[in-house]
Amino acid sequence: MQFPILSVIVFIPILSGLLILLMPGHRKDEIRVTALAASLIALGLSAWAYFAYDIQMGGYQFVEKYDWLPTLGISYSVGIDGINAPLVLLTGIVMFTGVLISWGIDDRPREFFAFLFILATGVFGVFVAQDLFMLFFFYEIAVFPMFLLIAIWGWKQTREYAAMKLTLYLFIGSVFSLVGALAMYFSSGLNTFDMQLLATANFSTNFQIFWFPFVFFGFAVLGGIFPFHNWSPDGHVAAPTAVSMFHAGVLMKLGAFAALRVGIMLLPEGAIYWRWLILGLATVNVVYGAFIALVQTDFKYVIGFSSVSHMGLVMLGFATLTREGLLGAGVQMFSHGVMTALFFAVVGMVYDRAHTRNIPELGGFSTRMPWVAIAFIVGGLVSMGMPGFSGFVAEFPIFMGVWRVMPIVAIIAAVSIVITAGYIIRITGQVFYGKVPEPLEHHNIGDVTVLDKVALGMLSAILIAIGVYPALMVPLVSSGVNLVLSLLGGA
Amino acid sequence: MATETLVWLLPLPPLLAFFLIVLFTNKSKALSHTIGVGAAFLSWLGSMLVFARAVQAEHLGEHPFLSSISWLPVGEGWFEIGILIDPLGAVTLFFVAWTIMTIFLYSVGYQNFGQPKGDHDRAGLPPHGATVTDAHGHSHVVPSVEPMYSRFFAFLGLFAFGMYTLVVSDNLLTLFVGWEIMGLCSYLLIGFWYGKPSARAAMIKAFMTTRVGDMFMLLGIAYLYSITGTLNFRDILYNEEVLHSLAATPALGNFLGLSAAGLIGLLLFFGTVGKSAQFPLHVWLPDAMEGPTPVSAMIHAATMVSAGVYMVIRMFPLLSAGWVEGGALTPTMTVMAMIGAFTALFAATIALAQNDIKRVLAYSTISQLGYMIAALGIGAYVAAAFHLITHAFFKALLFLGSGSVIHGMEHGVMHSGKHIDPQNMFNMGGLKDKMPITFWTFLIGGFALSGFPLVTAGFWSKDEILADAFGHHHYVIFLVLAVSALLTAFYTMRQITLTFLGKPRTEAAQHAQETTWTMTLPLAILAFLAITAGWVGIPEYFPLIGGLLPNWFHHFVGETLLEPMHGVSFSYIPLLTSLVVALGGLYLGWMVYRNVSGETDPLRQPLGAVYKWLEHKYYFDELYDYVFVRPARWIAAVFTYRWIDQGVIDGFLHGVAFISTRIGGVLRNYFDAPVVNGFGDFVGEGVKRLGQRFRIVQTGSLQQYMLMAVLFALSAMAYFLFFGLQP
Amino acid sequence: MDFIVNNLLTLILFSPLLVAILVVALPKSEPALIRWVAFIGSLAPLALSLVLWFQFQPGQVGFQFQEKALWYEAIGSSYHVGVDGLSITMVLLTTLLTPLCILASFNIKDRVRSFMGLFLMLETGMLGVFLSLDLLLFFVFWEIGLVPMYFLINQWGSEKGERKIWGGRTVSARNYASFKFMIYTMAGSLGLLLAIQMIGVVSGTFDLPVLFQQWTALDGSLFGLPIGTVKAIAFWAFVIAFAIKVPVWPFHTWLPDAHTEAPTAGSMILAGVLLKLGAYGFLRLVLPLYPEEARYYAGALALLATLAIIFGALAAYGQDDFKRLVAYSSVNHMGFVVLGIAAAAFASGTENAVIAMNGAVLQMFNHGLSAAGMFFLVGVIYDRLHTRDLREFGGLFPLIPVYGGILIFTSMASLGLPGLNGYVSEFLVVRGSWPIFTLFTALSTIGLFFTGAYVLKGVASLLHGPLNQRWIGHVTEINAREVFVIAPLMVLMLVIGVWPAWILDVINRAVTALFGA
Repeated sequence: MQFPILSVIVFIPILSGLLILLMPGHRKDEIRVTALAASLIALGLSAWAYFAYDIQMGGYQFVEKYDWLPTLGISYSVGIDGINAPLVLLTGIVMFTGVLISWGIDDRPREFFAFLFILATGVFGVFVAQDLFMLFFFYEIAVFPMFLLIAIWGWKQTREYAAMKLTLYLFIGSVFSLVGALAMYFSSGLNTFDMQLLATANFSTNFQIFWFPFVFFGFAVLGGIFPFHNWSPDGHVAAPTAVSMFHAGVLMKLGAFAALRVGIMLLPEGAIYWRWLILGLATVNVVYGAFIALVQTDFKYVIGFSSVSHMGLVMLGFATLTREGLLGAGVQMFSHGVMTALFFAVVGMVYDRAHTRNIPELGGFSTRMPWVAIAFIVGGLVSMGMPGFSGFVAEFPIFMGVWRVMPIVAIIAAVSIVITAGYIIRITGQVFYGKVPEPLEHHNIGDVTVLDKVALGMLSAILIAIGVYPALMVPLVSSGVNLVLSLLGGA
Repeated sequence: MATETLVWLLPLPPLLAFFLIVLFTNKSKALSHTIGVGAAFLSWLGSMLVFARAVQAEHLGEHPFLSSISWLPVGEGWFEIGILIDPLGAVTLFFVAWTIMTIFLYSVGYQNFGQPKGDHDRAGLPPHGATVTDAHGHSHVVPSVEPMYSRFFAFLGLFAFGMYTLVVSDNLLTLFVGWEIMGLCSYLLIGFWYGKPSARAAMIKAFMTTRVGDMFMLLGIAYLYSITGTLNFRDILYNEEVLHSLAATPALGNFLGLSAAGLIGLLLFFGTVGKSAQFPLHVWLPDAMEGPTPVSAMIHAATMVSAGVYMVIRMFPLLSAGWVEGGALTPTMTVMAMIGAFTALFAATIALAQNDIKRVLAYSTISQLGYMIAALGIGAYVAAAFHLITHAFFKALLFLGSGSVIHGMEHGVMHSGKHIDPQNMFNMGGLKDKMPITFWTFLIGGFALSGFPLVTAGFWSKDEILADAFGHHHYVIFLVLAVSALLTAFYTMRQITLTFLGKPRTEAAQHAQETTWTMTLPLAILAFLAITAGWVGIPEYFPLIGGLLPNWFHHFVGETLLEPMHGVSFSYIPLLTSLVVALGGLYLGWMVYRNVSGETDPLRQPLGAVYKWLEHKYYFDELYDYVFVRPARWIAAVFTYRWIDQGVIDGFLHGVAFISTRIGGVLRNYFDAPVVNGFGDFVGEGVKRLGQRFRIVQTGSLQQYMLMAVLFALSAMAYFLFFGLQP
Repeated sequence: MDFIVNNLLTLILFSPLLVAILVVALPKSEPALIRWVAFIGSLAPLALSLVLWFQFQPGQVGFQFQEKALWYEAIGSSYHVGVDGLSITMVLLTTLLTPLCILASFNIKDRVRSFMGLFLMLETGMLGVFLSLDLLLFFVFWEIGLVPMYFLINQWGSEKGERKIWGGRTVSARNYASFKFMIYTMAGSLGLLLAIQMIGVVSGTFDLPVLFQQWTALDGSLFGLPIGTVKAIAFWAFVIAFAIKVPVWPFHTWLPDAHTEAPTAGSMILAGVLLKLGAYGFLRLVLPLYPEEARYYAGALALLATLAIIFGALAAYGQDDFKRLVAYSSVNHMGFVVLGIAAAAFASGTENAVIAMNGAVLQMFNHGLSAAGMFFLVGVIYDRLHTRDLREFGGLFPLIPVYGGILIFTSMASLGLPGLNGYVSEFLVVRGSWPIFTLFTALSTIGLFFTGAYVLKGVASLLHGPLNQRWIGHVTEINAREVFVIAPLMVLMLVIGVWPAWILDVINRAVTALFGA
């Protein structure tokens, strides 16, 4: 039998996490090195899986399937296709860079990395899961450590509130989708949680129309869909840097991805029926998020709301149910994941030195840490959909998809591009250029460490590479899209 | 060398001189003026050669010297440019070559070559003079050499290039090129002493005023080109059907009911109005006297402004399209006749009250150009051309003469050390004996200008115009021109009397002295031409001497047209008129001014207010300043920039930016935070309370939520297990 | 050699980028080295485009040196480049101006590396627009060019100056200008972006040669609207995007700010090439893709162009800031380009159209020369006097005769003096549009008149009049390096003025093929 690469990817983090927990807490460097090694392995494997995926063949690959609770039809089964392969890679990247930039964490690094890795396992699991029950299982695994990471290592002022809020939203959301999932399980009569089988269960139209909202919006909450987006900015702000990176970079994709995999792929007719609603809400996300980001004075809130806006584009892409739309959404999930990870890394680095995130109190950082400035500019260009960067590669097809179904939405949503440009330019000027404000002159602001530079450089490089040469990702994603379209009856 | 090749080469030497001087020799005065004068001489030689061949050529009218090359690709074809020397071109070339040649030579002396460097001369200001100590140890002030001597010859070279280009062009486009290059040169030369604010103002005024005309001309050219598909003189002016169709087709949008030819003609004519300083665009020429007198002044008073007239004479067949000799004038011609005649009189009146020796000449130039325009307006083609040439000679002579006078006066001023205006004629007097050559040549020029009978060239050309006007029954024009001729004679004599006759009125005038040969030689040459040039055009019908000399000019230049004009039958009235006005004017001028002693003009008292009006040129400068200049400034700075751009447009943009920031704020503060967020928190609180109500596990709320979730899920599961599923 | 010829356009397009990377890799401590590497490196694209120019077959209709490679096949876009008579002149202009700009910015002291790097990236961006034969690729380069320009203005722009915005807030002028430039242009391009997406959705390809056939032939209805309406909307989306860049009145107000605040080289390239991108957009995209709409709305376009000509000239005349004056002159001159284009659009297929379009394209090139020259000269005097206020100059001619001569020459070129380049193109435009938009053409001569007014105002208050004593000893003559920058421009101005055929022939053949009978 072939090497169980996906299982390895999924369980490496949690195992190394447990290993770390066993290590004595004061051996911080060993802990860090272990963490780094583990994350590096995970990254390497996910990269391997990504590039080893055979696009010509398509479909699910690296599949592993073991019965678990045969009576209930629950099995451990994993596999990747064009849609989730990039997300697995994304998780690997964010995990690795997350470890790199959290090198400096001094407060109980052992627990920190442990929880972070448990979280990673959950995320990996959700992405590769082929079994609905497994998916939920990993989903909860992912959400639980989030709470602790924020509540313990978070920003003092709001960590309690934010952690609560986040968990509350996510649980309620997941409960709704769980109910929907159970409904599917029982009504399919197949006595299985295997999604590939459930997909063939052709549920009655009414059933789909009734349950689709439960499943889709349940997950979409984690995707930050309006009006259930508020947990996310607050959560971002409260979370420590690495966690924010995970949170915005990966966790929100988790929601979007699950919404696609469980909602749209299992209840296609429901998706077609509710398309208008998703389109509407997603459009609100896009514009609303952008406008609010424009006026935030807290650096991290700006990024938080920009995520809301960009995740809206993902939802928009889903809602089109067209080739271009889904393709764009797929790429956007990856692109936004990397971009926002980059953003939060940058914010973290600035905050660590300035000890404030209040934009008017910042300035002139480009002279002190040019790498960070450049990284932020790259991220900014991605987020304003500047051609030549991955954001454009992702957004353009999304808009094309929207043109197919509802031109007016395209026109409205396009406004966000300029608004985004507006706040990006504003922050760039405010934070990184101009003169260093008086109070900051005193505490000596030094450049970032080599590890940080590696992280920033890696993330930026990926964003540019995909922007310049989309073929790195697009064919893969579009092969995945074919699957979705086939389920949608080639809609 | 083939004549065509020669013609191609004519404009080049001065251009080369320009570049050589600017790029290389501008440090060496001697080298620069050698190159300059040498170039002028070469062109002059070539021109004389071409002229000679042209005169000998059989039927130059039908078979002129011409050749052309492809220049501009347009669509399938090419726009061709080339050279053309027909009779009109030949005679123009003749006078242009002579005047330019003499200017170059004259400048050497006028700019004080060979004199020492000034004590505190600076580039951009006229030389102040240098102190030298002679053998006996007396130190006294002598004229100092112009600091920008080389640059001056460079400019002259460029100017000459422009003028030659204009004359030899076979099409309107290259003519316009020469036209504008001369415009640039006049700009540069008027502002040669750019250090003087007055000069700076004058140079801009000249350029902008002529530009007004040029804009119209450009449109005319574009219009002509777009209708006929060519700008070549031969193809348009010597092409019956083109002219007929132009005369037949109504102008665009039936503008004022003109024919296409009429409108084009009018547009082109406006170009001349600017260039030849006709009313209402005459204002720039007098101020142009700011230039280093009299050379630049003479350039654009005697040569460049002639270009304007040359152009309309050249385009006459077009301007007069649809007009038959002796028939009613076309609207365009009428306009020309009226503007010309009016300008002639109007400028002459102003000239009466000017005290600056150069300004008098400037206004007399405007007036004489008006003559030519008027002549052309009434169809006196040959007469106009004839007067153009004679005028060029004697006006050049006068300007150079006045320059010589001023130079002599400056010498006197420096000697006396009293600072008086060396150009004010009331500071002169009695220069006859101090500067004999200048005096005699100036006298010849003056008489020519006032049309002194029989001997002078001016008489013949003027007489022909008057005869034509009378013969074709344009009596109003005739009358106006006659009166202005009278005035011309009068103010010319006034000038001569005040300047040369009587006693010196100032110390400077006493110590004035004759100028060097480089200045007097040109005077002599021009004086000769100012007399003889007239004899080539004596009408056959003229009593007594008529026919002694063949009326060569009439036949030669007449050939230029498709069907030569017949001229008019002889009548005594115009002849007598011109005799009377010329002699009468001269006599009156002498009577009034022969024994002026003080600073004041004897006419000031009797004329009173009128005199003030004349003195202030009818307040045209002030008028234009209020009507055009100031409003233009306001529109530019306030209306366009501050109101439209900064106010309306930018205001709008800022508004948009402002609003979008506001939208964000409103959304966040009045919707997102309170409503969306509030709802979330509300639910959270609710659940919390619920949890406490049930008093389940007390350890932190998280467990509660999880528990709630699980309970909810299980209950749902149970529900499905027991009661099927269909909602 | 074969390799070079076969990939000529790709080489031209990306060689600046390579040089940029090289420059950025150099040690920060060696500014002199960086400058020279940047300058010599920037000669490579020039040399290549000269090869292109001489290898180019003017007679041959259609695009030459085409290269096509897969790029974003999922949505039907490919890397497709090629040149014809219109684009090759612009390519030449770009590759010619960039080295001069780099030479002109040798006096930049601060962060030389980034400056040179950005500048070379900018060149790639601009060249990409001129070379693209794929709509999406065009847009990519169109947008990407903004980024380096933004930073050039924002980082190396003039320190002094403030700009008042709403609520009595004031921001530093260069931030204001760069922000306005970036956001305004992006906002303008939004419609373009949407229209491109729409075209992509409808046609399934972005390949221009294909679209020229397919998109124009399209009829029926789209999105429940008659195709005519859709096209009209898309047409205006395109037009506004390009009109802002050109800029056409009333979309021009970003320009004076951007030009005034930008560093000398920035203004040079901005006026010299960036503005041409907009005009080129009209030529390459709007007219071929929307012939009917263009013909239908040509009148409106011509009106705007005329307003640009008149108000541009007036506003320039109203300035006391020398650089702002020159900036507004661009509005004035580019107006003639648009007027020519509008005329050609209206009368496409006639000789008038060809003449007008010849004039427009040549005017693009000419303005590139003269505007760049003028901005450079402004920069030269600013470096010495540290003021741009015309009222503070005065009578400097005797102190700086050579500079004065050069300034007069260049001013005359931009004034459209016959015998220099500007005249040829302006005459062609006037001639071409006279029979088509007689009134507008007539009115635009008012603009021509004021062109003279503001040019002379600038020259007069800088060089002429009584010498302002305070500058004695401060102002030094233009130096050799600066002469090297301006000399090539002056030579070209003169050559084109005297013998335009060498370039106009190339343009004319292309134009005749596109818009001729």
